[in-house]
Amino acid sequence: MPQARAEERDKLEELTRRIRRDIVVATTAAGSGHPSSSLSMVELCTSLFFGGVLRYDPANPQDPDRDRFILSKGHAAPGLYSVLAEAGYFPTENLQTLRKIGSPLEGHPNMNRLPGVEASTGSLGQGLSIGVGHALAARLDGRDSRVYVIVGDGESGEGQLWEAVMYAGNHGLDNLTCIVDHNGYQQTGAVADIQPLDPLTQKYEAFGWAAREIDGHSLDEVTDAFDWVRGIEGRPQAIIARTVKGKGVSLLEADPGNWHGKPIPPEEEAKALEEIGAPA
Amino acid sequence: MTFGITRVDLEVGDSTRAAFGEALAAAGADERVVVVDGDVNNSTYTNKFKAKYPERFFNAGIAESNLVGIAAGLAASGKIPVVASFSTFLLSNAFDQIRMSVAFPNQNVKLVGTHAGISIGEDGPSQMAIEDVAQACAFPGMTVIVPADAPSAQAATQAMIEREGPTFLRCGRPNVPVVYPNGPELHVGRANTLREGDDITLVANGIMVAMALDAAQALADDGIEARVLDFHTVKPIDSETLEQAAVETKGIVVAEEHMAYGGLGATVAMALAERHPTKMAFVNVGDTYATSGKPDEILAQYGLTPDAILDAARRTLKG
Ligand SMILES: Cc1ncc(C[n+]2csc(CCOP(=O)(O)OP(=O)(O)O)c2C)c(N)n1
Ligand SMILES: [Mg+2]
Repeated sequence: MPQARAEERDKLEELTRRIRRDIVVATTAAGSGHPSSSLSMVELCTSLFFGGVLRYDPANPQDPDRDRFILSKGHAAPGLYSVLAEAGYFPTENLQTLRKIGSPLEGHPNMNRLPGVEASTGSLGQGLSIGVGHALAARLDGRDSRVYVIVGDGESGEGQLWEAVMYAGNHGLDNLTCIVDHNGYQQTGAVADIQPLDPLTQKYEAFGWAAREIDGHSLDEVTDAFDWVRGIEGRPQAIIARTVKGKGVSLLEADPGNWHGKPIPPEEEAKALEEIGAPA
Repeated sequence: MTFGITRVDLEVGDSTRAAFGEALAAAGADERVVVVDGDVNNSTYTNKFKAKYPERFFNAGIAESNLVGIAAGLAASGKIPVVASFSTFLLSNAFDQIRMSVAFPNQNVKLVGTHAGISIGEDGPSQMAIEDVAQACAFPGMTVIVPADAPSAQAATQAMIEREGPTFLRCGRPNVPVVYPNGPELHVGRANTLREGDDITLVANGIMVAMALDAAQALADDGIEARVLDFHTVKPIDSETLEQAAVETKGIVVAEEHMAYGGLGATVAMALAERHPTKMAFVNVGDTYATSGKPDEILAQYGLTPDAILDAARRTLKG
């Protein structure tokens, strides 16, 4: 591995630890929220925002030429907020106001209250369609903006998602990337037991997408995948990221089916932060 | 949670969603009862039915439109399907499926929306159903029930399953004060009079019933006797009881955990407008979405408190 790339990866790794810490601390302080759903997408978001993939400017959040990032699985808001804070949209201290009255850091993302949030989400299944709209607008305006959408694997049971997949494939929206946070679990159990999705890569391909499966916690594989999507012409791209729900915290990883939507209890917080490698 | 209640002594009981789950599991003794879930059975408490009757429990994943279609098919084949999810996802996501596959063909499907209203708190506005009563009332032939407490939710669940026809039952997330410690007599389509009074009438449903009782106590302390009516059934509306209240008292306040349009307030006003127009005031969320916060804080911020009902009553009486 070339030295520059190794250094870059160390920098990103350090960021993933900070973001994981912020997710845990904010949700435990709030006493509610979805840390496990946030933790599974940390490498994906870190590479996007800090690996030179997404083009954005916190000083000019409405710049029409920006790339768009849409968190379709809106319940992972603590993950999004931790990334936006790190990116400079607001001070990290504000994460402590998560879910409190008056705070723009609502339980689910609200685009009208928090700069950096591109879509108000929280009812699952809708983000990719909004992404298609952004991608079409960019094409109409002749802008080279790209659109990245993260969807959940349980969320992929929604029919609307597949309507958007079909549309994007049929219209060759190559400025659109769908990232599936394939952590294997939804709210009440394993995806494989409730509404199995696999083979997912083939499904996207059958709809006219370029699709590739990766280890969603390997920064190298994630970075490669984002390089890959930007080289594809004529087709939207799907990154099927195999992830672990609750990644980094053994308590959550051990029983992902039972930790959905539950914060880490205060008495377990210190241990969790130690495992993450970023004490508070 | 206090719900702002300070003047009457009501014990806090289970949530209406927990009571629904309990009653549903009991109703499973009837083998025609089947449950369709959208990956939220641990939120709606249909997991209690699932534990008892796994073979009659279907978790179709996060796909509300599909759930409703599946339920319509089950109903057409003689089952009594109960579909339960967060109220906003069920009503909003599957609106057309409810219209085309349930309401229009008059299928015997029971729709149960939990986490209704703004009292869910921290999860925020994307999860708060504040339009669901209006949505449900918009379907011709749909019965719409909003129970006040756990015992009523239990009774309403039983009644809903026993009666033929499409029904929407609205339940909430938080534990709520018990209005009927001995269980209600719950007849669908007939309001319950919780307190007699001839000065003013307070009409409410859901968590607003307990608040109305609290406001009535405050009025009584001022020598004003308020009649309190639990309008657990929004549709069909009990016009008779309303007309009587319009004639016998000097005005009507309607309180509901819903946005301003299309809910209990609108339904009551319409029921009275033709033959017994009277002075009215409305307590509701208004024409806005709420935010995240603690349930009590949110209720206070959006004006759903006993004091808001009290103010509305005083306004109405002052004329
Ligand atoms: C339309 C809709 N139905 C149900 C829910 C309730 N809900 C919130 S998160 C969740 C599970 C999501 O699973 P998945 O998409 O796999 O995301 P993960 O948390 O695993 O990342 C459910 C059912 C919702 N938010 N929206
Ligand atoms: Mg998942």
